[in-house]
Amino acid sequence: MNRLPGDAAGDGDDELLANVAPPDWPPPVPKGRYTLLVIGGGPAGATAAHEAALLGAKVALVERHWLGGESLSHGSVITKSVFRTGRFYADMQDAEIFGATAPEVCHPDVRKAVLRARRVRQRVSQQFSAAKLKAIGVDLFFGEARFTGPDSISVDGLELRFSKAMIATGARRKPVDIPGLVEAGYLDSTTAFDVLSLPRRILVIGGGSGGCEGAQALARLGCHTIIAMSEALFLPGEERDSAAMVSQALARDGVEIHLNTTAARVRCENGCKIVDLLNDGESTTVSVDEIFVGLGREPAVAGLDLERAGIAYDAVRGVHVDDFLRTSNKRVYAAGDVCLEPKFASIAFASGRMVVANALFMRRRRFSAMTIPWCTYTDPEIAHVGMYVLEARERGIAVKTFTVQMHEVDRAIADGEEAGFVKIHVREGSGKILGATIVARHAGEMINEISLAIVTGVRLGTLAKVLRAYPTQAEAIRMAADRYRATRLNRWWRWLARAWLTIR
Amino acid sequence: MRFQPASRYSQPPWLYPKPSDQPGEAASEHAAEDARLLDALQQAAFRYFLEHVDARNGLVADASRPGAPASIAAVGFGLSAYPIGVERGWIARADAVQRSLKVLRFLTDSDQSGTPESTGHRGFYFHFLDMESGRRVWNCELSIIDTAILIAGVLTAASYFTCPDAGERELRSLADALYRRVDWRWAQGAGQALALGWKPGHGFMNYGWQGYSEALILYALGLGSPTHPLARESFDAWTMTYQWENLYGYDLLYAGPLFIHQLSHAWIDFRGLQDRFMREKGCDYFENSRRAAYVQREYATRNPLGFVGYAADCWGHSACDGPTAPAMDINGRRQPFLGYAARGAPCGPDDGTLAGSAALGSLVFAPEIVLPVVRKLAALDRDDAGRRVLASGFNATLAGEAGGIWVSPGQIGFDQGLLVMMIENHRSDLIWGLGRANLYIRSGLQRAGFEGGWLSRRRLWRR
Repeated sequence: MNRLPGDAAGDGDDELLANVAPPDWPPPVPKGRYTLLVIGGGPAGATAAHEAALLGAKVALVERHWLGGESLSHGSVITKSVFRTGRFYADMQDAEIFGATAPEVCHPDVRKAVLRARRVRQRVSQQFSAAKLKAIGVDLFFGEARFTGPDSISVDGLELRFSKAMIATGARRKPVDIPGLVEAGYLDSTTAFDVLSLPRRILVIGGGSGGCEGAQALARLGCHTIIAMSEALFLPGEERDSAAMVSQALARDGVEIHLNTTAARVRCENGCKIVDLLNDGESTTVSVDEIFVGLGREPAVAGLDLERAGIAYDAVRGVHVDDFLRTSNKRVYAAGDVCLEPKFASIAFASGRMVVANALFMRRRRFSAMTIPWCTYTDPEIAHVGMYVLEARERGIAVKTFTVQMHEVDRAIADGEEAGFVKIHVREGSGKILGATIVARHAGEMINEISLAIVTGVRLGTLAKVLRAYPTQAEAIRMAADRYRATRLNRWWRWLARAWLTIR
Repeated sequence: MRFQPASRYSQPPWLYPKPSDQPGEAASEHAAEDARLLDALQQAAFRYFLEHVDARNGLVADASRPGAPASIAAVGFGLSAYPIGVERGWIARADAVQRSLKVLRFLTDSDQSGTPESTGHRGFYFHFLDMESGRRVWNCELSIIDTAILIAGVLTAASYFTCPDAGERELRSLADALYRRVDWRWAQGAGQALALGWKPGHGFMNYGWQGYSEALILYALGLGSPTHPLARESFDAWTMTYQWENLYGYDLLYAGPLFIHQLSHAWIDFRGLQDRFMREKGCDYFENSRRAAYVQREYATRNPLGFVGYAADCWGHSACDGPTAPAMDINGRRQPFLGYAARGAPCGPDDGTLAGSAALGSLVFAPEIVLPVVRKLAALDRDDAGRRVLASGFNATLAGEAGGIWVSPGQIGFDQGLLVMMIENHRSDLIWGLGRANLYIRSGLQRAGFEGGWLSRRRLWRR
């Protein structure tokens, strides 16, 4: 049942399963009370289990389905592989700009693209392999975990006891309740990669980062793509300039964007899916061949019998945790998508590691003190780290943003990748970096430098002193730092410098 | 031009161009020609408010194209333009009073029930009204910002027509009543900041103003209302979303389209006026708009997308009309065209369409860089010098049918009104003077926390 449906023969899925869910995995014999018992083998759970086992703890990991979680199976890795195909195809159409002629016949081969993505996933799955976890001493159980008491769970009838446990069950897709949608049929992130041919017209419902990324990739592969989002603003969580830049990019790729729009009803007619869209009380109808639903995910808290362990939770926020990621049961912690917002793999990795420190080594690491970069993988990408300007202003911090447009950066001009900007938010006067937003083709790579600066307390003035290879796109950060230094050079310093140069 | 921004390296604030950077001899060389050109453009723009008006109710059309509905913003601009026409001798004072009275009477008696076919609700008006009946068209929203533009015009007329005769007295009392009946507080909806609009049967449109925008005038009027004043916190809630940025080496409160930096300045003289945010940054909104013009010029000079015609003396991205042609390959890149849209620089959107009127709207802030644009655009259309400036937008990248560039047909009331007023403020300070004299605006600005400039001069003098 773990097998991918569709045409999966000979593309390495057996090897994938051997890594993430070996078919004949003998359940280990429980070794008494575990120091750390982890429920869920996604990014948070696998990281925590790995880390704790390396440090010598007695660790059990319970996984329901596949190791690696949503991120590996249908999330980050496989989607990014397909986006790469979309980007390549878009680049090929821009061949003329770079002095080449695009081939006369240039069709995206979706089948090959999907098979490539699956091969990529198989490669990446090696990092989460069951054998590796076993080798470092993790007791790996496959099955459904349920709490049976404050310090015990059962896995398919097998009783496991723990002194500390961590819930990392992640999140599941939100159920859809659009009338007629189930009857008409639709794709979601699980089934999208089973499709081996491209629909002519597709409607994407849901405008989160995933919906936007997917819509752009589909449009680039030649699909007429319509995206309908209930939010009144495009990517409402992002700063307006960044969101506007990405919405322009999507529009340029031919994506039709409907803001403030919900799908009211779906019906089938002559093999087409007819969808009624509702915007501010006004109804419009679109006719498409396929519908993709990406309405976000909700914490996977069902079926764990959390009440028996005295763990507070609700369906929206998931498991309730304090700043140290401890639940209302002081033996039990939680990490990743099941309790945290936003739901990103990088946060899951970091929070899993944090739980090991807090639960086993009496550390007092706070989630709120973590510096978390994240990225939306549209083209250009939006990457963000630290505070937004609004957050800083609400805390009464005088904040100033240093902006460098990518079209000012030599390498970006040379690469023909001029869309976007680097915005670094600093505390006015001190150069302390509060956060940054980067919109650029490689924004996700560039944000890490700012992340490092924030974690280590390096100020913007110091970043001006860091030499970078020239020409590179990350030079934009140096240029922002130079601008900061220029604003520090006030009349008084200028007078002092002149005076010195005169008497020297 | 003496000053060239050196944004590639560094630009400390003391290197920012100052108004005194205008090249001396060059200015006097062009002075006579500029004055003539500005007068001609201003008069041509003013003519819009004589020609595209309904004779019965005084409503002003949104655009010059046939069949266009009335827009309440255009009405506000019309009411603000008539005093200028009187001062310049383009219209008789009695005629101006009659025209203003006609529309004020219409607004006073209009259907304020808020039903889908009414004219307004709670003192606000629907964005677009039928030219004849004055009722809502196009299923449009009850527009908060456009009502503010209308009311600003209403108050300007009341401040100008101060004669004691019956007509002007009636005008003043109608204007006062119209302002007093606007329920600004209601427009806050559930949140602190003002909503954008409201639709009958649907309620408030579910997003408010975020970031710096043209809404300064709206808050000044809302906070100054003697009857339904906004809470002071509403202004703070809005300014909380500001972002102070260093762009191309200039420190400024950024907004992409130029009209955002211009609209409120048509009525209010912001020179030296500082609210809490601007005090913290050591700037004021006038200086900010000036820097915005420089940023726009810098963007056009760089012209990263390689559009035709962009130059240091040809810039101006704003909300304007543009071509609706299907997407085209430009420099190997697929370029869609946006039609009527808010264009901005440097973060876009940009489809090669510039608005001459947008550049000219910044005349009062940075004449030294705006006048070269006006001269160039005027020289390009020799037979009809105002064509490119007065049109809502032009696109030199997209060739029109005749082989020439694409120019937006006709005119839009919003642009024409802003032009008439901004040129006037540059020439004579007439409208700013009326704004300074208006006690509602003064009190609104003071409640928003503004100090300095003409606000404090008057206070000193009173003491």
